[in-house]
Amino acid sequence: MTIKSIMAGATFAASLSTAAFAEDPTKVGFIYVGPVGDGGWTYEHNQGRLAVEEAFGDAVETVFVENVPEGADAERVLQQMALGGADLIFTTSFGYMDPTINVAEKFPDVKFEHATGYKQADNVSVYSARFYEGRAVQGHIAGHMTESNVIGYIGSFPIPEVIRGINAAYVQAKAVNPDVEFKIVWAYTWFDPAKEAEAATVLIEQGADVILQHTDSTAPQAAAQAAGNVVTFGQASDMAEFGPFPRVSSIIDNWSPYYIARTQAVIDGTWESTSTWDGIGSGMVGIGEITDAVPAEVKASAEALRDSLASGEYHAFTGPLNKQDGSAWLADGETADDGTLAGMNFFVEGLTGEIPQ
Amino acid sequence: MDWTAINPILLLASLMVAATPIILASVGELIVERAGVLNLGVEGMMITGAVCGFIVAVNTGSPVLGFIGAAIGGAILSLLFGFLTQFLLSNQVATGLALTLFGLGLSALMGQSYIGIKAPDFPDWHIPLLGDIPVIGPIVFQHDPMVYVGLAIVIAVWSFLKYSRAGLILRAVGENHEAAHALGYHVIRVRMLAIMFGGACAGLGGAYLSLVRVPQWTEGMTAGAGWIALAIVVFASWKPLRLLLGAYLFGGVTVLQLNLQAAGMAIPVEYLSMSPYLATIAVLVIMRAGRAPGSLGQSFHASR
Repeated sequence: MTIKSIMAGATFAASLSTAAFAEDPTKVGFIYVGPVGDGGWTYEHNQGRLAVEEAFGDAVETVFVENVPEGADAERVLQQMALGGADLIFTTSFGYMDPTINVAEKFPDVKFEHATGYKQADNVSVYSARFYEGRAVQGHIAGHMTESNVIGYIGSFPIPEVIRGINAAYVQAKAVNPDVEFKIVWAYTWFDPAKEAEAATVLIEQGADVILQHTDSTAPQAAAQAAGNVVTFGQASDMAEFGPFPRVSSIIDNWSPYYIARTQAVIDGTWESTSTWDGIGSGMVGIGEITDAVPAEVKASAEALRDSLASGEYHAFTGPLNKQDGSAWLADGETADDGTLAGMNFFVEGLTGEIPQ
Repeated sequence: MDWTAINPILLLASLMVAATPIILASVGELIVERAGVLNLGVEGMMITGAVCGFIVAVNTGSPVLGFIGAAIGGAILSLLFGFLTQFLLSNQVATGLALTLFGLGLSALMGQSYIGIKAPDFPDWHIPLLGDIPVIGPIVFQHDPMVYVGLAIVIAVWSFLKYSRAGLILRAVGENHEAAHALGYHVIRVRMLAIMFGGACAGLGGAYLSLVRVPQWTEGMTAGAGWIALAIVVFASWKPLRLLLGAYLFGGVTVLQLNLQAAGMAIPVEYLSMSPYLATIAVLVIMRAGRAPGSLGQSFHASR
């Protein structure tokens, strides 16, 4: 890890020295929390960076540093990047929130974009994706596909992002299959293939015939494939190599359009501090191809759900919905507001088990 | 909670699979440490083995060749450690840690173009007759071959150390290298061979993850398994059969806690998550009787 960081740093330093003599292309920096080869979160951010390079060619120069720890190191890397002449910097993990704000104060002319956070400033925008919309589509398919009526869910950490996904999937699964039951296992990791494989195996052994995962590796897909009759969904990237079965669809993070648009705004001088929370509609959340393993009418209704979420005519959390303890949350026809969603820390009615505190 | 949801037969069967990578890596390290060398680079050798095995298996289409490639890859990386510590007399702790970091970086570099590719299938063996025995059959005799290879290596290491002359020499080198040298044994050669064996086993353990358990290549996929293997060697008092017990206990409690979670057990998840570590440490500490090999971690030079 360290060695790669050093290598990345060296490339970065080398690019700084050459940049001074180039004819001033717009410089866009990225800092990543993991390696670009993680196959999931950081991988997709890096795909966004490559898309920016492709879209602008010589007009833009990109730099990135991977494996940057969240905390003081991030601040140092950001400062270096800003001093190196970056015009726009994407900080792609929640833990970079305070470092981003701190460095942004010192460099008012540099634009910053922080992913999944909530602190804005004049030169700091925040952006995130409504992955729960994708979860809703998965829940719809899962509710139709399950024969045992048991759906296994591998949770990573009990944070709003993950809880939102569980709720969104459950609401849709329940809507199409009233007998459905969710079994939830908390893995306490984003990425540990062996543990994820075990979690998936356990859920399958306990009767689940659909597995949803909020962890990043493909290990659960392989476990489902070995079991033979278990449905899965790709997470963060398409995981198409496990299609057409067990992987019947997926949620794909697609940052490219946003990164290109924001880079364009800097070039045009129209960049403003914004707060973006986009979903299927803008393409930030992609739904991977629904394979033929899914019956045609289910595929059609799932695509209809996807399209209505995309157009905004339907919200993934539409009342009547109660909280787990039976208290009312949303009245008939009411939709959840973003504030509640952002801090969601409760299960909806029907889910069993407690959220670890 | 619903106890009937947990099937003890399936639980025990998945325990054997969950424990296999740790067994492979730790039995190799056990030999290394019995020879008096402390190699903290298990994690690095595992991940290198994982990527080497994956590359070979994908290119040849044969998981068996993949495992062989993984063993060779792990052994080559361990040779680097062996050369630095045995011939240049560098500090073993520092070199081992560096080996882990180097292995993580090297494997990421080697695996660049193998991300997102699927490994060739490695089917389970359904051993005829034995596999059909009720209860025992599904638990013990219906796994992929590497599970049995891991067990065979542990048994072989146990009998090697206990009954063979070569095992006696290896232990002598580990207990007191000066004395072994005075008796005319080639300390460095014995240690180099032990280090290579350790590297090969760690490579097999890593490849078990990338070829069977996951099966795909992703950076950092061993996620700390090498460190657990190291810890189990110590807690097992450098004894192969206890090591087997420790690895099964760790794998078993890991699988059990996930089962309890899925069945809706009313114990807070945090306690369940820490239970594999607590249970393994508690049991092996209580059983502990052995001590570390006398020359563990010390450099040897014939002139001294």
